[in-house]
Amino acid sequence: MQFDLNITKKLRSGGDEFLLRSQFSTTDRALVLFGPSGSGKTLTLRAIAGMLKPDKGYIRFNGETLFDSEAGVNVPTRSRHVGYVFQDYALFPHQTVRENIGFGLKPLFGRLSRGHREYVEELIQVFGLSAVATQKPAALSGGQQQRTALARALATSPKLLLLDEPFSALDQPLRIRMREELSRSLTSFNIPLIMVTHDSDEVESFAESIVVYRNGKVEDVHSAREVAASGASLKDILRRQVEQAYG
Amino acid sequence: MDIVWIDFADPAFLNPLVLTLKVAGLATIGSLIIGVAAAYVLARWKFPGRDFLDAVCTLPMVMPPTVLGYYLLVFIGRRGVIGQWLQQTFGITLMFTWQGAVIAATVVAFPLVFKSARAALEGVGKQYENAARTLGLGEFALFLRVSLPLAIRGVISGGMLAFARAMGEFGATLMVAGNLPGRTQTLSLAVYSAVQAGNDGLANTLVLIISIVCVIILMATSKLLQPRF
Repeated sequence: MQFDLNITKKLRSGGDEFLLRSQFSTTDRALVLFGPSGSGKTLTLRAIAGMLKPDKGYIRFNGETLFDSEAGVNVPTRSRHVGYVFQDYALFPHQTVRENIGFGLKPLFGRLSRGHREYVEELIQVFGLSAVATQKPAALSGGQQQRTALARALATSPKLLLLDEPFSALDQPLRIRMREELSRSLTSFNIPLIMVTHDSDEVESFAESIVVYRNGKVEDVHSAREVAASGASLKDILRRQVEQAYG
Repeated sequence: MDIVWIDFADPAFLNPLVLTLKVAGLATIGSLIIGVAAAYVLARWKFPGRDFLDAVCTLPMVMPPTVLGYYLLVFIGRRGVIGQWLQQTFGITLMFTWQGAVIAATVVAFPLVFKSARAALEGVGKQYENAARTLGLGEFALFLRVSLPLAIRGVISGGMLAFARAMGEFGATLMVAGNLPGRTQTLSLAVYSAVQAGNDGLANTLVLIISIVCVIILMATSKLLQPRF
């Protein structure tokens, strides 16, 4: 994918001011935004999805302008064709797993088309949710909720998948298992992705390039391939960066 | 105090009861439409005059019903702006009709739907609405498929309170629709007339029925508002 982003956004909460200055360009298909909490990575992800309107700048994806303050372009979220997996999954609590997954395919009035219905069933199979397809999200385990959220995001065949700390709601053993599982299913769906995380293990499993955030600014951009070629350890580099951020 | 059980087929009892159910039912439907629409606009958008609109929508809750009735006379009365237009265009007069009573009851009752629906809509997590947007939903579909279903208990409980309020409406209805037995005399007006006429038996029965219905509605409302999920 070709992804170019250069945005600024000033946010006020209480008496504090936060300035987000986010800029990177990449052709890699898997991008990780890495940094401590409050460093601006989730804000950047929200801006890519159109949930946060930057003050200035542009966001371009595969030749399509999603946002450009100078040209006055701001494509609404519903037309950006991005899948979004929320940190807390944001599964619709009033709908079953099956309805959640088919949500984006269903017309306002009427039922799912036959083809869509079959695709939803296929996703339920692929993500191992057959046993809980008629359950509401509250009855699911953390891992099942995450799989439902991912299936829901993939059901509408998005052009880009955005993941906001997808493992933070899971406990450690499950996190490792789900990481492998997610990595496998993303490979099979073959979809470009941008993931936000503060966990350097996740960076290693997913990233082709890494954008490091600190205090609302892009601190560094690494290519996983180049780091590997130079013989250095990506984890060590990130650990040093984390120490700097907190030190 | 003697409760004289009256004949339930007696028109003096039956007419106000049927009329009240009709007026309160239609006023509840009207309240739900206006109240939810106003709540949605105020919960969803920030615009200049938002606080003023909020105050206007809440006003009928605190204003004397006679003052509301007077406002309605000014607007939909024979010489009122809307009243005159209705008269000339359609030949409709709302004064001293049961339709006028419906309008009076709607105006008095809709703030209850508005307040309750607004709180419920504002309580719907932003992340659900954002999730629906990333799944390709427009704002109207989003409202019907996510916001409203998640806020439905608040809306229904507001509707039930509105029904109770519309059933008990007295002041504004009296000003707009009068107190014509068999035509615009609702239960609460019938209570007044019965007491004035010294018909204690009828008054007691009517009061008892209104009280029971109101208690049932309040109990059901508090049950509805218990948390779920």
